[in-house]
Amino acid sequence: MFEIFGIPSQALFGQLLLGLINGSFYALLSLGLAVIFGMLNIINFAHGAQYMMGAFAAYLLLQHLGIGYWEALVVAPIMIGATGVLIERLLLQHLRKLDPLYGLLLTFGLALVIEGLFRNYYGSSGLPYQVPEALQGGSNLGFMFLPNYRAWVIVLSLAVCFATWFAIERTRLGSYLRAATENPVLVRAFGINVPRMVTLTYGFGVGLAALAGVMAAPIYNVSPQMGSDLIIVVFAVVVIGGMGSIMGAILTGFALGVVEGLTKVFYPEASNTVIFVIMAIVLLIRPAGLFGRGA
Amino acid sequence: MTLTGRLVFAVAALVCAVASAQAQDDVVVKIGVLSDMSSLYSDIGGAGSVAAAKLAVEDFNPAAHGMKVEVISADHQNKPDVGASIARQWYDVDHVDVIVDVPTSSVGLAVNEVTREKNKVFLVSGAASSDLTGPKCSPNTIHWTYDTWMLANGTGKALVKTGGDTWFFITADYAFGQALERDTSAVVVANGGKVLGSVRHPLNNSDFSSFLLQAQTSKAKIIGLANAGGDTVNAIKQGSEFGITAGGQHFAGLLVFVNDVQALGLKTAQGLVLTETWYWDMTEANRAFTKRWQVARPGKFPSMVPAGVYSSVIHYLKAVAALKSSSDGRAVIAKMKEMPTEDPLFGKGSIRADGRKIHDAFLFEVKKPEESKYPGDDYKLRATIPAAEAFRPLKDGNCPLVGG
Repeated sequence: MFEIFGIPSQALFGQLLLGLINGSFYALLSLGLAVIFGMLNIINFAHGAQYMMGAFAAYLLLQHLGIGYWEALVVAPIMIGATGVLIERLLLQHLRKLDPLYGLLLTFGLALVIEGLFRNYYGSSGLPYQVPEALQGGSNLGFMFLPNYRAWVIVLSLAVCFATWFAIERTRLGSYLRAATENPVLVRAFGINVPRMVTLTYGFGVGLAALAGVMAAPIYNVSPQMGSDLIIVVFAVVVIGGMGSIMGAILTGFALGVVEGLTKVFYPEASNTVIFVIMAIVLLIRPAGLFGRGA
Repeated sequence: MTLTGRLVFAVAALVCAVASAQAQDDVVVKIGVLSDMSSLYSDIGGAGSVAAAKLAVEDFNPAAHGMKVEVISADHQNKPDVGASIARQWYDVDHVDVIVDVPTSSVGLAVNEVTREKNKVFLVSGAASSDLTGPKCSPNTIHWTYDTWMLANGTGKALVKTGGDTWFFITADYAFGQALERDTSAVVVANGGKVLGSVRHPLNNSDFSSFLLQAQTSKAKIIGLANAGGDTVNAIKQGSEFGITAGGQHFAGLLVFVNDVQALGLKTAQGLVLTETWYWDMTEANRAFTKRWQVARPGKFPSMVPAGVYSSVIHYLKAVAALKSSSDGRAVIAKMKEMPTEDPLFGKGSIRADGRKIHDAFLFEVKKPEESKYPGDDYKLRATIPAAEAFRPLKDGNCPLVGG
């Protein structure tokens, strides 16, 4: 076994892989944010709360309706996505002509309200949720023990990220969406219902957050504050990747997961600040973010 | 003025006079419950501590002692500056006589200083740092329920004695985590064990896999978790996923509350060894208290923290009743130390010169899912640590109040 900077290579490979796993959560969450920002020009601060709602939905479905993990992967994002549609229709829609700052304030307020409600009903300690039967256990890779569930998280996250990128950048529907962002009036003139498309896009972005929440339920503590712990990091990821850039959000998500993982080996105390240091540097050198299309 | 008019006036004057005499006779006490009401420790203390303080007042029956007692509460948000400024406001403006609970050691230490300066009373239940009865001890403070030394001594000693002689710590990087790691390392080494290493994580960390991997590579038999609340829950949950327990290593949750066990679920938490000074299902009196407490907190179970709030408030009110005054904080504390303690939840006990309340501690093991018969049936008793051994010996604390 050889060493790199005094750290056994075995440990280093393990940490790299773990970084990728965490990165897949960052990627999935920042993807939803990027989609919403790119298409609606709204900075969705309620994203963390919606991620938390996804995890709670998984728990409640299991507890009250006996619906397990696999079904919850589909049902929970649809349910929470539907609440997103409602929020867009009832609230966000009216802010479209205003400065994006208003959307930010509104969604930030919503996040606080949602978290407060959940804390009131379910307390702050959290709720139990088990890893599904089929994915329990794991395999020894030689340099680390990889739980099956974590492997599944990487695979699913990559698949969802790729599918979303493909749908937006490479399909006809995606081209309508992108066109509607550029010039909604013209697109409407072609007979396309732009407001409905925007509403559904927000619902989809929220659904992505909820999906990440369901995926997180078996490994993280399902508690009302789980989203607010994560959302700030995810915002940093989006800023580094470039606001609104789909590919940027995905790649940066994975890359920063790895950077954070490495920090945990060399200097664990800094692991929660390293992302912000990178953000500061990137903003100094490339204000539009690594993959941004210019400010 | 007519006759009736004069009569009414006279009666009214009489009533006023009686009422004011009554007010002068009554000792008025204001209890402030300062806790985490909205964040990670709010299930441990929070509204549950407020409910416990109210029950204590009810059971004490102030009217029978010619006293009037009011309970108020506030949220310190786990921030020492917020906690200290609420304490000042309460003491200076709102005429609060005593502050109780205060989880989060950093906030507890701040309130400790304000209380000393204002000569009021501070009854700690939620905060853990053993420094509160060590170098930072105060003639205005009593540390009631538990502390880091007691946790380390209970869980640490028991595990080393049953073969867990090599340790690796995963520690929350702030005052409490560091104190807990320090106290536990000392116990491990003193009992012939060895500490192989440790890693410090930021407070409120969600992903522990990287730290767990380091703990796994260390090959230590025991992974000591010197953290609390959501951090402990996340570490244990992810540890079971990474096959830590299946691989023969064991977790030692150095501060685990019944609420954390429920957040983990028995399937994940089973076999975990932990130390507490009170468990809701241990005695008939505890169960009766829990039932009354659940009126305010439906579906939840009290940890040792609200129980300690109850017990400390009862004893405080007894001391005030004996002195017939709550104005001199130091005198009340001196009286509390002089009187033996007794209440339905903690039984008989005493308070030492350094402000440490002394009672038994219990080593529990979390039940297997099939052993749990009803909701909240989570622990089985492994050992009772007698009061005399449960807490740090008086002479070892470096408390300036203890004459050497």
